[in-house]
Amino acid sequence: MTNEPLLKVKNLRQHFKISREFTVKAVNGVSFDIFPGETFGLVGESGSGKTTVGRSVIRLYDPTEGDIEFNGKNIAGNMDRSTRKMLRKDMQMIFQDPMSSLNPRKKIADIIGEGLKIHGFCESKTELEEKVAAILQKVGLLPEHGSRYPGQFSGGQRQRIGIARALVMNPKLIIADECISALDVSVQAQVVNLMKDIQEETKCAYLFIAHDLSMVKYISDKIGVLHKGYLVETGSTQEIFSNPRHPYTKNLLSAAPIANPRVEKQRKLLSYDSINADYEHDVIRQLSDTHFVLEPQGGN
Amino acid sequence: MPENILSVKGLDISFRGNIGDVHVIRGVDLDLPKGKTVAIVGESGSGKSVAMKAVTGLLEDNAVINGGQILYRYNGNEYIDLLSLNEKEMRRKINGKHIGMVFQDPMTSLDPTMTIGKQLMEGMILHKSYSKSDAKERAVELLRTVGILEAEKRINNYPHQLSGGMRQRIVIAAALSSEPKVLICDEPTTALDVTVQATILNLIKDIQAKMNLSVIFITHDLGVVAKVADFVCVMYAGKIVERGTAEDIFYDPQHPYTWGLLLSMPSLETEEERLFSIPGSPPNLLYEPKGDAFAPRNEYAMAIDEKAAPPMFKISETHEVATWLLHPDAPKVEMPKELKYRIERAKAASL
Repeated sequence: MTNEPLLKVKNLRQHFKISREFTVKAVNGVSFDIFPGETFGLVGESGSGKTTVGRSVIRLYDPTEGDIEFNGKNIAGNMDRSTRKMLRKDMQMIFQDPMSSLNPRKKIADIIGEGLKIHGFCESKTELEEKVAAILQKVGLLPEHGSRYPGQFSGGQRQRIGIARALVMNPKLIIADECISALDVSVQAQVVNLMKDIQEETKCAYLFIAHDLSMVKYISDKIGVLHKGYLVETGSTQEIFSNPRHPYTKNLLSAAPIANPRVEKQRKLLSYDSINADYEHDVIRQLSDTHFVLEPQGGN
Repeated sequence: MPENILSVKGLDISFRGNIGDVHVIRGVDLDLPKGKTVAIVGESGSGKSVAMKAVTGLLEDNAVINGGQILYRYNGNEYIDLLSLNEKEMRRKINGKHIGMVFQDPMTSLDPTMTIGKQLMEGMILHKSYSKSDAKERAVELLRTVGILEAEKRINNYPHQLSGGMRQRIVIAAALSSEPKVLICDEPTTALDVTVQATILNLIKDIQAKMNLSVIFITHDLGVVAKVADFVCVMYAGKIVERGTAEDIFYDPQHPYTWGLLLSMPSLETEEERLFSIPGSPPNLLYEPKGDAFAPRNEYAMAIDEKAAPPMFKISETHEVATWLLHPDAPKVEMPKELKYRIERAKAASL
């Protein structure tokens, strides 16, 4: 692995002003790095801000505060033309719901080819068609599927189309926002295997946002646990799963069901008062090169 | 073994459609022993929800019941066939009072224009002829049972004022309001966070023990099955392909489809490089599958699988499997090594 991170997020804050008096503080000072070819898993409960982080990073939102460095360029504030172009080519997104993220009135080939057309990557129509056909094959579909509409595909196939659309731009980072949550277990396995194969081939990095811990463990190199907009713990997959430090991480791990009835029926849910948790004054403590945990000031 | 409170026999259902009939349930037998939990697992489209909708008489209008019986033990020793009742009788006699149901999405099963108190009281006034004030008192009590704080205040809230987990608690409270004997939970925690899921599952288990409820649990999450189920039925393409106790299914699975399901789920313990995925996709039931419906996806399929559907082979008192692999003449096939290894580890972990 190279030593320069591909994506550096530093102290990211994303607040949404609802009215004069009320602001939703969705993300509060989140920092993490993603290296080229690596998968960073972001877990947390609904409302913890994991989707917001993904969307801020790809600049679907304008970050309130903080720095985002991608490919050596700062993309948090106003970007110049070339930076913007680089961002929109090198960072792609796969969405959660394969039903609503594909335009039902467009043919698959047009959906996949749109980015190529906009960025002017293809000299001729035939080149575009060739590229689309190649990418369809890569994700396990047939080139003739390009002339069909999204409605003619199953959920797993549509998610493959979503992956193809992201992949065709040959990105360096793919943000996968709960991209397997809507799929059946056996289809999930197919899609995750595909994502792993693609990573091996193209060396792209993933920001994998999910709430299914066992899948996150399976696919990620590093994991960040998000709660109430704070990154309460980050570490390598090994560190998070075998040596969780933050009480919320422990709570989350104890809640994930294990397919082993003798163990599962005995397991106790570790309680954690998540409603009253307040991380505003907590500080980050470094435990190892990669392991960070948010702690109240002055230790426990 | 306790007696069965509900037993489904040879249930067969198709849906009428424009291009032909879709044969979704192709002969399902299922027994629910009193006070126990039976989990039904399978991919979407395997027919698990449809089978349970038939039990509650909530099938869509284009459903045709081709045959079978749903025997419910009504008052002591008398069994009645729920399929022989009409819609009105089902509503008056069975639903709510005897069989309660919890659906996946709490937002769609609650009425957004009614306060939760009113929705809870509805069933009690209708089924149990409570007076309004008694019903209110009991509604508050029920909310406390399902772990809602400040129940007196919450009763005047509308569903949108509550979080997803809270709403699912309300749905459970509503299902329990008329003291049913059987509770059918259709993916009750799929839309919820893991932590909330764990508390809701614990809640259902506690209430089950307290009220001696018999529960049918539909889910596709094997972790959830491991947590709640006494018995497990694995469904594929409208049939039950393997049934047994939770121990049978998790530690001694016999059907290749069950192997595939167990393997395609990454476990928190194992760290193999690639996940196993069952190739292909479930059959389109618009066209009646020939022979064993799982054969096209089954790497162990034999010639006979193309010709005839396998019968249920009985392995033990509790464990039954529908695959030709268990026929005495079939070659002996071992479960995949990876699965064997996982099961050994799982057994070791439980010691």
